[in-house]
Amino acid sequence: MDSDDTAESTLRHRTSSRLQDCCIGATPLQKRIESVRKQVSFVPTPPRRKIPQCSQLQEDNDPQKVAFILHKQWTLYSLTPLYKFSYTNLKEYSRLLSAFIAAEKQKGLAVEVGEDVSVKVTFSTLLGMKGTQRDSEAFLVQILSKSQLPSENREQKVLWTGWFCCVFGDSLLETIPEDFTCVPLFLANGAETNTALVGTWFQKTFDCHFSPLAINAFNLSWMAAMWTACKMDQYMAATELLWSVPCSPQSLDISYAIHPEDAKALWDSVHKTPGEVTQEEVDLFMDCLYSHFHRHFKIHLSATRLVRVSTSVASVHTDGKIKILCHKYLIGVLAYLTELAIFQID
Amino acid sequence: MSPQKRVKDSKAQKRTSQGSDSYQTNFVALEEENLNDSKCSLKHGQDNPMKDYGHVDDEAEDDLKRAMRYFEKGPVKTSQMKDKTLEKHFRTVENVAWKSGLAPEGIDILLNVALSGKFGNAVNTRILKCMIPATLVSEDSVVKAISWLCVGKCSGSTKVLFYRWLVAMFDFIDHKEQINLLYGFFFASLQDDALCPYVCHLLYLLTKKENVKPFRVRKLLSLQAKMGMQPHLQALLSLYKFFAPTLISVSLPARKKIYFKNSDNLWKTALLALRQRNQGPPPEPVKLMLGPANVRPLKRKWNSYSVIPVLNSSSYSKEYGKKGMALSDYLSSNGSFPLEQLKSFPQLLKNIHCLELPSQMGAVLNNSLLLHYINCVKDESVLLRLYHWLSQTLQEECIWYKVNNYEHGKEFASFLDTIIRAQCFLQEGFYSCETFLYKSLPLWDGLCCRSQFLQLVSWIPFSSFSEMKPLLFDHLAQLFFTSTIYFKCSVLQTLRELLQNWLLWLSTDIHMKPVMDSPLESTLSGSMNSVSELIHYVGWLSTTAVRLESNNTFLLHFILDFYEKVCDVYINYNLPLVILFPPGIFYPTLLSLDSSILNQLCYIMHRYRKNLTAAKKNEFIQKTKLQFRFSTKTYQEFNHYLMVMVGCLWTSRPFQKGLYIDHEVLEKAGVVEYKSSLNLVHHPALLSYAVSFLLQECPEERVSMSSIRGKKWNWYLDYLFSEGLQGLQLFIKSSIHRSSVPTDQRA
Repeated sequence: MDSDDTAESTLRHRTSSRLQDCCIGATPLQKRIESVRKQVSFVPTPPRRKIPQCSQLQEDNDPQKVAFILHKQWTLYSLTPLYKFSYTNLKEYSRLLSAFIAAEKQKGLAVEVGEDVSVKVTFSTLLGMKGTQRDSEAFLVQILSKSQLPSENREQKVLWTGWFCCVFGDSLLETIPEDFTCVPLFLANGAETNTALVGTWFQKTFDCHFSPLAINAFNLSWMAAMWTACKMDQYMAATELLWSVPCSPQSLDISYAIHPEDAKALWDSVHKTPGEVTQEEVDLFMDCLYSHFHRHFKIHLSATRLVRVSTSVASVHTDGKIKILCHKYLIGVLAYLTELAIFQID
Repeated sequence: MSPQKRVKDSKAQKRTSQGSDSYQTNFVALEEENLNDSKCSLKHGQDNPMKDYGHVDDEAEDDLKRAMRYFEKGPVKTSQMKDKTLEKHFRTVENVAWKSGLAPEGIDILLNVALSGKFGNAVNTRILKCMIPATLVSEDSVVKAISWLCVGKCSGSTKVLFYRWLVAMFDFIDHKEQINLLYGFFFASLQDDALCPYVCHLLYLLTKKENVKPFRVRKLLSLQAKMGMQPHLQALLSLYKFFAPTLISVSLPARKKIYFKNSDNLWKTALLALRQRNQGPPPEPVKLMLGPANVRPLKRKWNSYSVIPVLNSSSYSKEYGKKGMALSDYLSSNGSFPLEQLKSFPQLLKNIHCLELPSQMGAVLNNSLLLHYINCVKDESVLLRLYHWLSQTLQEECIWYKVNNYEHGKEFASFLDTIIRAQCFLQEGFYSCETFLYKSLPLWDGLCCRSQFLQLVSWIPFSSFSEMKPLLFDHLAQLFFTSTIYFKCSVLQTLRELLQNWLLWLSTDIHMKPVMDSPLESTLSGSMNSVSELIHYVGWLSTTAVRLESNNTFLLHFILDFYEKVCDVYINYNLPLVILFPPGIFYPTLLSLDSSILNQLCYIMHRYRKNLTAAKKNEFIQKTKLQFRFSTKTYQEFNHYLMVMVGCLWTSRPFQKGLYIDHEVLEKAGVVEYKSSLNLVHHPALLSYAVSFLLQECPEERVSMSSIRGKKWNWYLDYLFSEGLQGLQLFIKSSIHRSSVPTDQRA
């Protein structure tokens, strides 16, 4: 094989196609690179965001499923677009994923005799879990244990749950062709080995890639501000922020709990633009908290690292774990998480 | 192996095994064996013409023959020579074994030797360790070997090793009926505590339904009662339970993972090679089969093997699509070509229209054939899949993203190497790498994976420089200025490669489209702008670096290397671009103390001249297409540099224009007579040449430097040229009319 020759000929071919790209400048890949350049060159996050609102679409969602999602701790992942995923094949996927999990669980065993597949996988859509009509439909994957005795058949125990969603993912959708399904945010609850199995199957089947989604202190303070700004009928929990001081031998955690109404009052005092949150407001809000703390304890919290934010809306940890508490602002919380996930996969 | 041949083989073996009393028989048997040996190998190395094979390996075979005979005869008593010969023969056998494996007959002989206890334990062990079959192990040899075990001539450790060997080679034994008949014997060996795990494993491989008998079950259970829950016993028991569930009432923990100890690890690499031999020639594109393949034991619960996914064709996803597929899709996909079968380039060409793509596009990185495919594929989704996977993987693997996580540095470096090799193969950079650079450069310390990182920079796809500058080159400049001179040099080298890649890409581009349509014109001038911005950027970096490093020669070399590319853009790449170096580079090189720098400068000036004259000529000819007329400023700049050089080196009238130095200053410095001090004789870089020239001419006399003039001046020039200053020669030839001997040489 004369690789030089072929390399050259392919090079020529390729350059010609690239040349066209240059003129027209509109291939998906080109668009991606443009968007990445924009992202990197400007401040990583837009300086202003909307305060989470109750979404219209949310009305159609199944209250049972929403209840199922609330009050659970989810581990966050970002996910690149799924190639050739089809919502019409969910049943088939259930079957294949069950088989895959069963096969993987038996791998490496010298003997595993006469045992039936003990798990069952179900795929189902989560209607209404999106921001705009263009967003891909969210869907849920569950691993259920099959009980051995037929009498117990009714009650299947949920071993693991994961769901995929895209809320206001326009920036990603614009640059991705139709072959792909964009569900950049993946949330999992259950044993990590199961997450790994499901993730591996998805990666192999739809040529996508999962990455853990960590949330840095910068974004955590945004969340603290935005969620404090949410109007609540009744507060379920105190607003609590947790800072970590890296010192040996054990790190020191500083917890800062505020009565939610006080927090809201503070927010209202720094907040100017109605319906929106700006970077200045976030900074100011946090600075107020810092200076208050410093007055009492003579500790500069700004020198430590914010690791957790808990409010009545949701509670989130820097290592990518979230618990959503409030039904009303579910979509708003997911929209911000989707934004972070898209930023990570770009 | 054909059945006929096997009959013959086994006859030969019988004779060998019987023949320890007769030297002659042995020899005949061995002759025959070698014959078979070569036939055997021939069958597998299909491409070798028969004659060649015989000749090449003649000698080696003789050695092997002798070695075998030696082992078969048993140890020689005269101990002086013994160790040496033993070692020699061992080496022969081991070489052959690890290289191409031993023929069934060889295995037969050696097994015999190892288990008969003719030699000591150490020798036996060594023999067993190198018993790697070329293709197969004959059942007879195994049966014979087992019969030796009954005699009790070999030690426990040899027995263990033998069983391990047997388990490892189990798949390569040609028949197993006879061995299965010895089931009872093996089963009895379970008694031996040391052998038990290995025998269990062997039995596990060997057991058929009819072997499961109540008395054996009882025995196993009693063993288990005695030794406790041993994984190997459990494995065997559960196999028994599978065959005869009624016989075993004990419940076995079904959930527990039951492993055998990996007993074939001694021969693992050899076995891999063996498998490949048996399956025919390995796939052709070994060149790019580089990746870290399957060596990634720890870490990563998800992608357990390697960063780069394994190549699998996408039949998987096709299956799903089936329901909704249109008829035409179905027909077109019907004859699709599975990737696993793709071995050669012609195959790729033949099936390029119906190739099944890998289920994970990242797998192409390790496969040169698929890289070809990726290179010419029109389907954007293919490229997007690769883009996403690569971007994410780079981000995840990148070690300076994680605090204090440098333990995977080697892995990351080798991953980058794989990517770079793929890019070199394609002669094109991946977009994912570009975005990776944008994101990671601000965090890079300039040390970690430096060479890989810089190579990635050199493969950035061509695009607008001004757009990339704030994202990439500004950060690079910061690192550049604050790092060592070596870093500076490697950055300059990288930028030179980047320039070259861009130029190559642009030049092929223009050849493709000789007709310049209006949108293309703007694109081309835009492209030229981008290239010139890159060159100006490097000029700026270099000027500052020269000052920072106080005219370091090493650095100047790298800078001039860059300009050697720049000066030839018009001729070499047929692109309308001539950019001169900034004064901050020109003067330090002209005044450098190093002759090679001066020489290189002369060469570059010579090439600039060629390029500019060629450009001018073309402008004359093609008056219609003048959109790329070089500004007169370029010519003026060049002429200025040229005059300065000629003034310094040749006419001894330096710095006539543009540079004024106060006479007082010169007086203070004690160089009032400075005019000739930069000519070819007195220039600090050439002074030593002048001295050795004079010494060569008239070694005895005391002559002054200024004596080099007139005829001698010409001789001196020839001397300089003969000393390897080719650049100077080209420069003088093209820029100075030598017929007129320099006017001012009095000084």
